[in-house]
Amino acid sequence: MSPRPPDLPGPFADWFARNGWQPHPHQLALLAARQDTLLIAPTGGGKTLAGFLPSLVDLHLTGAKGLHTLYVSPLKALTADVARNLSRPVAEIGLAIRVGDRTGDTPASQRRRQRADPPEILLTTPESLALMLSWPEAPRMFAGLRRVVLDELHALAESKRGDQLMLGLARLRGLAPGLVATGLSATVEDPQALGRFMGAGQVIEADPGPRPDIALLPTAAPPPWAGGGGRHAVPDVLNAVAGAKTTIIFLNTRAQAELFFQALWLQNDRGLPIGLHHGALAAEARRRVEAAMAAGELRAVVATGSLDLGIDWGDVDLVIQVGAPRNIKRLVQRIGRANHRYNAPSRARIVAANRFEVIECVAALEAARAGELDGEPRGPGPLDVLIQHILLTACAGPFDAEALFAEVTTAGPYAALTRADFDACLDFAATGGYALRVYDRWQRLMQRHGHWQLRDPRAARSLRMNIGTIVEAEKLKVRRRGRGGAALGEVEESFAASLAPGDTFLLGGQVLRYDRIRELVMEVTPQPGRDPRIAVFSGLKFATSTELSQRMLAIIADPGRHRELPGDIRAWLGLQARISALPRPGLLLCETFPRADRWHLAIYGFAGRNAHQTLGLLVTRQMEQAGLAPLGFLATDHALLITSLNPVEDVAPLLRRPVLEQGLEDWLADTSLMRRSFRTVATIAGLIQRNLPGHRQTGRQATFSSDIIYDTLRRHDPDHILIRATRDEARRGFVDFDRIGDMLARNPRLELRRLDRVSPLAAPLLLEMGRVRLGGTGQERLAEKMAQELMASAGLDGLGDG
Amino acid sequence: MAEPGTGRALRFAGLDFVARPSGALWWPERQTLILADLHLGRSERYARRGGPLLPPWDLADTLDRLGAEIEALQPLRVVSLGDGFDDDLAGRAIAADAARRLWHLAQGRDWIWVAGNHDPLPAGPGLPGRSLDELRDGIALRHIAGQGPDVSGHMHPVLRLAGRNWRCFVLGRDHLVLPAFGTYTGGLAITAPAFRRLVPQGLAICCSERMFTVPLAGDGPGMRRGSGANGQGRR
Repeated sequence: MSPRPPDLPGPFADWFARNGWQPHPHQLALLAARQDTLLIAPTGGGKTLAGFLPSLVDLHLTGAKGLHTLYVSPLKALTADVARNLSRPVAEIGLAIRVGDRTGDTPASQRRRQRADPPEILLTTPESLALMLSWPEAPRMFAGLRRVVLDELHALAESKRGDQLMLGLARLRGLAPGLVATGLSATVEDPQALGRFMGAGQVIEADPGPRPDIALLPTAAPPPWAGGGGRHAVPDVLNAVAGAKTTIIFLNTRAQAELFFQALWLQNDRGLPIGLHHGALAAEARRRVEAAMAAGELRAVVATGSLDLGIDWGDVDLVIQVGAPRNIKRLVQRIGRANHRYNAPSRARIVAANRFEVIECVAALEAARAGELDGEPRGPGPLDVLIQHILLTACAGPFDAEALFAEVTTAGPYAALTRADFDACLDFAATGGYALRVYDRWQRLMQRHGHWQLRDPRAARSLRMNIGTIVEAEKLKVRRRGRGGAALGEVEESFAASLAPGDTFLLGGQVLRYDRIRELVMEVTPQPGRDPRIAVFSGLKFATSTELSQRMLAIIADPGRHRELPGDIRAWLGLQARISALPRPGLLLCETFPRADRWHLAIYGFAGRNAHQTLGLLVTRQMEQAGLAPLGFLATDHALLITSLNPVEDVAPLLRRPVLEQGLEDWLADTSLMRRSFRTVATIAGLIQRNLPGHRQTGRQATFSSDIIYDTLRRHDPDHILIRATRDEARRGFVDFDRIGDMLARNPRLELRRLDRVSPLAAPLLLEMGRVRLGGTGQERLAEKMAQELMASAGLDGLGDG
Repeated sequence: MAEPGTGRALRFAGLDFVARPSGALWWPERQTLILADLHLGRSERYARRGGPLLPPWDLADTLDRLGAEIEALQPLRVVSLGDGFDDDLAGRAIAADAARRLWHLAQGRDWIWVAGNHDPLPAGPGLPGRSLDELRDGIALRHIAGQGPDVSGHMHPVLRLAGRNWRCFVLGRDHLVLPAFGTYTGGLAITAPAFRRLVPQGLAICCSERMFTVPLAGDGPGMRRGSGANGQGRR
């Protein structure tokens, strides 16, 4: 029996002892902390308990009643899980503490009770917190709050949800002085930066535990040249699953997860129970899989990022990552999902989906073993989130601009916010912020007695409906055809638009035939045994990180290190060296070659798919001007391949930074990427109303797209705050222009190899899916050509001409 | 076919028209310019009703494009084919500078406001022109398609092709439907059942430099693809 640890009241120490446990040092350190603290601990380190222990002890010692601790997690499912996990110590120690959750799923009756008589510990999400803070009674409700626990902070900090949460925290600190905030995070590359983000006075880093056991999964068949499915490894993955207790198999996109799951089933001769879990599945289907997993009924679950977080499954002893992990941090965090028992090494195996990925996986393993994580630094807090915060603040009651500015700048992401930007956001919230327009109808907020308030208090309702920073693509529900057909999940509208009746696709591991669409529901009929059309719905595409790309390049460039690679990869790189050249640090390798009446230009930039995509758009613009007739391009994480009618003779003029910079400005102004970004920004800022589930307008003529608003705004007010916010976001995010700059700076020398046929490195690029066709006149030409073909095939050419 | 950018000639109900890339319909024989669904004052109506504060330039923008068509064609008659205003109040409360521009554009021309479902009442006294429920001039020009043959608006047709939406004219045996001309207008995909009923067979003429056409019957993309949900043509 261990001695009773200091600071732990008797009943708590007894509880630990009864269970044969000992508190972890970081749990005690957090208990002793009197200031805002960030705890970094690996999964399985009792992180959640560490976060709650100070609250439980305080409530036990003071007997306080009413809202004491607010817990915020990124996942609704996690709040339910935490509620269950907390109920155990509360019951076993005999504490008189009520734990309740408040999310979008909480029934209205329970919400009303919570507003009148909140539990001591309330579990919620950033969006629900923002909603609660918009209530007029928020000051009263949160006045007695003592602690805030922010779970999975590393994940929240990666998106605007984190910015919104920090604004909410600033508000809570204002409402409840003396509040202590605790952040809980998995391993991150820069703990101090995450600490500053949440305003923590100290960072506690728990013992990371033993080194994980990670390696490439040996496969009987070599990986294919291209693609991301990893299906060549199915027999090997099944063997690995059979040899482990419970396995999580991660794939990078939903479509890949569906296809891999199907491939597993087809070869699953042993009948291993395997489930599928991803964000496009109906919530009910996901819950079933989670429950089966928790009950130990599944040997494996095929998952996407939907399982990156949260729910503790102690029995998972193997993680298999199929496809290159794109960044080292995500790999390490996923590895951490195996073996939630502290002090036992995590076991993970990686399957490279194609030959480029083999090199990426080898590089990632090397970095993960060395414990070197990657990550792009966080930008300043986005203005669209601030605008939403200002509007919601107005919903709670009149506010003073001076005081709100002071409060907002206590939030980490907004510490450097200028008063001018704040005022611009306030102006937007109040009047739309349009230049040279004074029009009394454009007034949402007005100033009365020096305080800002809603002109029409009824507006609060629609503002609250618009809460949140996640803007999803428009989706269609998928249902089995027939009366009361079962909900199977959802697909993006753009995917649905690409299907014709009779086409088949995969969802939830089933092959479904698309029958028709009625009132935003896609009706389908299961078609077992048919070959599905590839399901390409959604799925975030992360770019390979700079750190990982550089490690890959270092391996490729050094023939001495090719020994670390499997034989087929070695042979492939050897052939490339003979026929063309190997890319190497400091030198940007480009190749041109003809193929099937077209010319191709390959640029091995190793700058990630987003930067390559942007580079593709910028370079093809110049090629268009130079009369090279570019037709399209393909961007991968490692290279850019441009197809044109005429060959590129000199690549250097196409890659001059000033020219690219100018091109970027011109192009950003008129790109579908900017339009997409604007849609997000404008939705968050409340300029366009969020499409609520079940509320989407079907009277199509009445709604018009954010593209039109964007075009109008850009023409008449190019410096408008939302255009600025959109440009900032685009430059940093999917446009990734800064990485193009870095790439050019890192590679002062260019080498153009003129080849008479495709090179070994370029060959896989020709096989990749996802080519970008060029817009503008090219797109019109293409549309016209397609139209002509359709007319001809319908025997209609010439009809309609006068 | 004429030069790119000047439109596509078409014959409908025995009459010759030109579908303009702007989305306007030009009737050379009558020197008449026809526009559907201008929806002037839409952002103002939204703001007035406590909706989103949209950029307030849709009015100026729509008038700019209308002015360019009038400048290019010098019509003797201009017909707004209904929903010229986003609601009747928008017609009465139109900003003074916009009203001045309309007066200027209408100078020396017969200007007709056909009533729409958004603006059923006659245009206010501050506006040029005359108001009609529909115009008959050898063919019916009305807001909502009725007994054919007629030229109408209201539907805001768009076609999805080659990865984007195109505003389009829909040409059938009995009906010629114009795309919406107003800046802040959405579209109805011509795959929607409403179009099938109206124009079981015909052509979509897409607003673009070259005004390419797509068949609206059989298994063309006009009929078989698309979800029938929201679509917007870009300018």
